[in-house]
Amino acid sequence: MLEPINVSLASLNLVTLSPMLIAIAGGLIILIIDLFKDGLHKSLYVMMTILILFVDFGSVMGLNVNERGFFDVMLIDGVAIISQLLILAASILFIPLALTSKRFHEYSYPEFFALFLFMIAGFQFMVASDNLVLIFVGIETASLSLYTLIALHNRNNSYEAAVKYFTMGALAAGFFVMGSAIIYALTGSIELYQVADVLQDRINEPAVMGTILGGSIFLLAAFAFKLSLFPFHTWTPDVYEGASAPLAGYMSIVPKIAVFVVAMRIFGMYIDLGVEWVRILILILAVLTMTLSNMMALVQQDVKRMLAYSSISHAGFVMAALALDTTKGNTGIFLYYGLFMFTNLGAFAMLWISRHKNRIFHERYDHPYEKFAGLVKIMPMGAVVMGLFMLSLAGVPPFSIFWGKIYIMSAAVDAGYIWLAVVMGLNSAIAAFYYLKLIVYMFLYDPVENDNTVYYNASKPLMTIIGIAVAATVGSVFFMQPLISYIFYMVSASGY
Amino acid sequence: MDNILSVLIFFPAVAGLLGFVVDKSSARVYGISVATVELLLAIWLWMSFDGTNAGMQFVELIPLVPDFGINYYVGVDGISLFIVIMAALMTLLGMIGMNIEKDVKNMIISLLFLEMTMIGVFVALDAIVFYLFWELSLVPMLYIIGAWGGPRRIYASIKFFLYTFTGSLIMLVGMLFIAYLYYSVSGVWSFSITDWYALVLPVNYQIWLFMAFFAGFAIKVPMFPFHTWLPYAHGQAPTIGSVILAAVLLKMGTYGFIRFSLPLFPDASVMMIPFMTVLAVIMIIYTAMVAYAQEDMKQVIAYSSVSHMGVIVLGTFAMNAEGISGSVFLMLSHGIVSGALFMLVGVIYDRRHTKEMSEFGGLAAVMPKYAVIFGIMLMASVGLPLTIGFVGEFLVLLGFYQVSPVATVLAGTTIIIGAMYMLRLFKRTFFGPITNEANRNLPDLNAREMTALVPLVIIVVWLGVYPKPVLAPIDTSVKALLNFMEEKAQTPEAKETIILSKQTKEAE
Repeated sequence: MLEPINVSLASLNLVTLSPMLIAIAGGLIILIIDLFKDGLHKSLYVMMTILILFVDFGSVMGLNVNERGFFDVMLIDGVAIISQLLILAASILFIPLALTSKRFHEYSYPEFFALFLFMIAGFQFMVASDNLVLIFVGIETASLSLYTLIALHNRNNSYEAAVKYFTMGALAAGFFVMGSAIIYALTGSIELYQVADVLQDRINEPAVMGTILGGSIFLLAAFAFKLSLFPFHTWTPDVYEGASAPLAGYMSIVPKIAVFVVAMRIFGMYIDLGVEWVRILILILAVLTMTLSNMMALVQQDVKRMLAYSSISHAGFVMAALALDTTKGNTGIFLYYGLFMFTNLGAFAMLWISRHKNRIFHERYDHPYEKFAGLVKIMPMGAVVMGLFMLSLAGVPPFSIFWGKIYIMSAAVDAGYIWLAVVMGLNSAIAAFYYLKLIVYMFLYDPVENDNTVYYNASKPLMTIIGIAVAATVGSVFFMQPLISYIFYMVSASGY
Repeated sequence: MDNILSVLIFFPAVAGLLGFVVDKSSARVYGISVATVELLLAIWLWMSFDGTNAGMQFVELIPLVPDFGINYYVGVDGISLFIVIMAALMTLLGMIGMNIEKDVKNMIISLLFLEMTMIGVFVALDAIVFYLFWELSLVPMLYIIGAWGGPRRIYASIKFFLYTFTGSLIMLVGMLFIAYLYYSVSGVWSFSITDWYALVLPVNYQIWLFMAFFAGFAIKVPMFPFHTWLPYAHGQAPTIGSVILAAVLLKMGTYGFIRFSLPLFPDASVMMIPFMTVLAVIMIIYTAMVAYAQEDMKQVIAYSSVSHMGVIVLGTFAMNAEGISGSVFLMLSHGIVSGALFMLVGVIYDRRHTKEMSEFGGLAAVMPKYAVIFGIMLMASVGLPLTIGFVGEFLVLLGFYQVSPVATVLAGTTIIIGAMYMLRLFKRTFFGPITNEANRNLPDLNAREMTALVPLVIIVVWLGVYPKPVLAPIDTSVKALLNFMEEKAQTPEAKETIILSKQTKEAE
């Protein structure tokens, strides 16, 4: 006779689950509304989604730092809270971009919004757990939803993009599971805090180091796919090109924040245990990523592909901060993405504004540089705004990303990696070239004839989002102090 | 008014923003009025400045990111005061002399933003604020060269931007490292230069940091072998762009050496004297020779301006009061003289749309006023006594003689080669018979151009004859700087070099 297991509801601490549950319930509500009444306008769903995300945001704000829940698989530490806040903020900024003046049919499906909310729940699970199985479930929930969202876009290469991403993602998932299996084989646990304890005892046994190497190479490959690090970055430009512009912008931020948190938990543990070559491996990957993707970005003819490579390069920049494994470095990761979020989403939204149903400028690309030639004459404000985003991405002070850049460079200098800071600096200089290229096209060339429809797709909600992004980009100096001190406090509270 | 520096920085920026509203037809008058007010404010700053006080005056400190030690921290001393005034003056006169029809409004707005960044760089006392204005100054200049320049303007503007940007990012790493060292000693983050001054750095760190800052400053100056961007920038830039570039933007580099490199790394600076001397002497002689070989008037002046920048660098590394005061003074005179020369070339370019010397000849007969002003500026550029150019150049050579007579003699050849290429330019364009029929009916300087040029002529003669009102405050601050460096220096060689220079000054 089996012993009955008693579980008290209070010990489950269900409040730790509440943010994800809100997102999932919200997704279901949207599906149910669709069940009862067809043909509702997309604006309803957009607003519903914003409201659900708002409630979600509130419930995250209400969480206490350093709690566990639900049989201890949920881990709500400072990192989990800030990353969820960032994910939700980026999502709230993203979703109004659906309200374009032209109809793009993906946003007419309520399923789009339901999937979007499920995806967010998946990301939230990823960041709020140190259980490898739950992290895996989170990754897959989020990724499968994201594949579908990409495929919903009405371009032929959207299917290509979705399938490419799916295949790559499946491979990455395989790597992740293999890596986790090795960790389990080594330690008999899938909870990272227990893994750390066991490894601490066994670290000096002869065969252990080789096994850790095998396991972490699998995991690193899995994360490198998700973070689009060299040499696993090849899918990124194609997928970004196939996805709609705002979704591409979204993909360059939110999935990466989530994966960075997981990577921070796993590799931070290894580095703390004194496994130095994990750090070296990450540094090599990071440096190669930022340098090579910068080189690739130089030769792109399409602005969207250029931004895709640029976001790879930014991911490499942040990955280097991960390898430092200092509180300042980890603070830098969130600070950087917090600032990158506004600027990059804004830049992609500017591309979205200039989206046409047909490709009238180039047979292969939606956003060739020529399309933006002389934009300052056609649409002065648009050109200035896009120029600000480009300058910010290039790291020109006082625009937002500059602060993220100096914070991470300063973290590298503090940790004794001056060469890394120099490499980062030189890479920023290379990157400046391709951002400048767009500025030069917009401000210094004459417009291509027979065209006056660059700002084709603009609408009030889009303008609002871009306005918010501009305000955050330009006024960043005024909120740096609270932002840095809040993130630093949260990161150090969770012991990273 | 204690916060006059903030007003000076942000007045042109606010005016630039409001300028978007001003109608195109009135933009020019708007710009000139704003620049006049700015100049009056700058003169007010001079009037309320205490010339006997060597320290920072009109200091303002507002915390921006206290956790990371970044403050809005500005102040002015004798070294920066006159560069600020010159920046305001040259912006105003450049605007008056400007003869641009296309997109005047955009030009005025760019110039006003540029003025903000220029003044910001020279009054910033926080490294990050300095860096912020330093980088920001690239953007309007990129636009000015790229939008109103010659046929290869886009190449020139991007080259300008990328060169400076790359150098300054390396400088940024240096700044972050000093901040970290400061943090590890004091436990507090700070980017304030005055806090950093208190930091005594190990000599080997000083050398590395000196090189990091050198990367930023040397490209800006531009020192040989990093000078290749400048002839392109000058060659393609519109007149106003060249005026501002030569008069003010290049001074950021030499000012940086005095504000950062010397007091922060006194030992490394002394150790680097031979290295800097060699580079500066090569720069002086080589670019002067290149200037002699040019066929284009503007290129002659561009290369001569690089050559004179070499003299400024040389003076900075003389490590004595004559040398450094001379080099600060030379920054002012170089700004005024080369600014005026670029304007003068612009005048003839507006009339003939060419700058080739072979196209001209005998202009003195057609345009007498133009020839006179050109002649005066040319003499000042060569360094004729009783012009502004003489004072600085003489002091620098006098100062550097104590360090190395040989290098001084070599650098002194700049006066001879300078006279050669300048007189050749003058002879070929102004004297002789009128060879080109197109030149026969050229109008002389009009009222607008006279308004822009005559004040410069007055300053050239006034400060050439009686430089004391400007030189005295500079000297006070420079001596304080040298005293400070000598106290801070650790190696005996450095102490000796700096003491030696002090004694010679006191013996006078």
